Amino acid sequence: MATTVKGTRDGGATAGAPAGRRSPGTVVVVGGSVAALLAAVLAGIWVGALPLPPGAVLATLADRALSPLGIDVPGGLTGTEAAVLLELRLPRVVLAALVGAGLAIAGGSYQGVFRNPLADPYLLGAAAGAGLGATLVIAYAPGVTVAGVGVVPLAAFAGALAGVGGALALGAAAGSNNATLLLAGVAVAAFLAAAQTLVQQQNSEDLQKVYGWLLGQLGSAQWSDIRLVLPYLVLASAVLLLCARPLDVLAVGDDEARSLGVHPTRVRLLVIAAASLATASAVAVSGLIGFVGLVVPHIVRRLVGGSHVRLLPVCLVGGGAFLVLSDVIARVVLAPAELPLGVVTAFIGAPFFAGLLWARGRRG
Amino acid sequence: MTGATGATGATAPGGARLEVLGLGAAHGRTAVLHDVRLTVDPGGWLAVIGPNGSGKSTLLRSVLGAHPHSGQVRLDGAPLTGTGVRARARQVAYAPQQPVLPEGLTTRDYVSLGRTPHRALLSAPRAVDRRVVAEVMGRLELDGLAERLLTTLSGGEQQRAVLARALAQQPRVLLLDEPTAALDLGHAQQVLDLVDSLRRQDGITVLSTLHDLTLAGQYADRLALLSAGRVVAEGPPADVLTPAALQRYYGARAHVVAGPHGPAVLPLRGPG
Repeated sequence: MATTVKGTRDGGATAGAPAGRRSPGTVVVVGGSVAALLAAVLAGIWVGALPLPPGAVLATLADRALSPLGIDVPGGLTGTEAAVLLELRLPRVVLAALVGAGLAIAGGSYQGVFRNPLADPYLLGAAAGAGLGATLVIAYAPGVTVAGVGVVPLAAFAGALAGVGGALALGAAAGSNNATLLLAGVAVAAFLAAAQTLVQQQNSEDLQKVYGWLLGQLGSAQWSDIRLVLPYLVLASAVLLLCARPLDVLAVGDDEARSLGVHPTRVRLLVIAAASLATASAVAVSGLIGFVGLVVPHIVRRLVGGSHVRLLPVCLVGGGAFLVLSDVIARVVLAPAELPLGVVTAFIGAPFFAGLLWARGRRG
Repeated sequence: MTGATGATGATAPGGARLEVLGLGAAHGRTAVLHDVRLTVDPGGWLAVIGPNGSGKSTLLRSVLGAHPHSGQVRLDGAPLTGTGVRARARQVAYAPQQPVLPEGLTTRDYVSLGRTPHRALLSAPRAVDRRVVAEVMGRLELDGLAERLLTTLSGGEQQRAVLARALAQQPRVLLLDEPTAALDLGHAQQVLDLVDSLRRQDGITVLSTLHDLTLAGQYADRLALLSAGRVVAEGPPADVLTPAALQRYYGARAHVVAGPHGPAVLPLRGPG
């Protein structure tokens, strides 16, 4: 896998940089993260109460894909197994990959735009807003659906966007620089979190459900969830990838970015809007899964350097791989019970993050 | 080397006459600049000096367009005020007092950012961008550091990298805010020598702030003394740097010694 990618890349994109890059491994990292994502996806499909071996899974998928052409691929799964694959495992794995990708690219973008390595996708009130939205619906409108979609994701999505929107509006009134936006985010998040706690306390019979949602889960993943968030995730990711070069310019500071012909405030607002859209989409279908948006960009930055042109695409792939793998762990550790996904990502992410900080401190 | 200089000189349009007309600026409700008038000839070097808090950096940021101001800034007679940031960035480059040096970026990548105003915002570097970057890095002797991480360079090397990034913009005016603030004496002289040779070779107009009065007197061909936001003296260094002016505006006791390239200021300890 890695060699194929390397072969095409050497003939194409990297030929433009004759002097090479500091990290000789950019191509290897891209190839490696794609390989890791594919491996994680196959593992995610395989593992479960009913094991689905990768060979048979691939045969089944190939058979489905080629049957319109009249080609039969033998060796596929039986009827029950195929149903488990198509209705349970596949949507779950695909949704995990999408959510991970969205959170990681949003985190990498937030860190770039705030020039702050501790920034994460929930920084500006997306988490608190989503939490309030979901809690309100779980408490006051359980079981309601809109156009066949559960109302919890919609409320979480709207809440996340409203939270960030509130922070942006408040920050814009005070000048839209980094510090005021961060402070506005803190204020809005604190307010929304307080409101969420209040609603939760007054409806303590729903505590368990709310708590389960807050911790993050993919157990009920369906194709409808994917259809719901895919357009937003694609749009947000495309905007963020296009903003990679302006983000590199923004990294030198607002005055210098302006002296280089880039409007710092416009780029910042566009990136925050797109990253928040990705975050809101992810949160809507998975709850609050922490650490993905923090840890993945940091790992990737260590591997490919600080330029967003390389950072953001690898975040997209690496974030998907990370979350699919975390979900596998969430399913196997206490099988047949499941751990909340947010607990797993924190358990993996926190020590890893501590290790990164330690290594960084030693490097000086 | 001649090829490099020639190519840069050929693509760079040379310096422009920079005029600052009645410029005023404020921090919040506190006015910090009042009716500042300055002219820098093409290829000239005007250093703005003045005590702490006199408004030097705000003046530079106003000329850059990064600080809201009244009055007008003109380049070769055409108003710069109100033009878009990209159009301005093709004419005016800026190196702040404390440049932000992004982590994980190589020196070459950093210098390449200087090409931003000359290409479409989303497009990758073109051949001409790579050529200009290579020329500039050669001139500033950064070739050996091209693949090093910016954050691992020494202070003098970083300042050269910042200059290189500004020059990669192929500007007509260079705004330098305390270019020697972080440097020891030897590196400070190296950087100022470099700026001097660049303006002489390419004719770039330089407007800088310099808090070191001797360096300002030696390198700039005109000085403007700013006090409480007003230009209180302007002219050749020997006319501006007088013991009386230093006493009056800095509250300082100093000898001013005439030198071959301009006056040197020698601070003296007072009686007692």
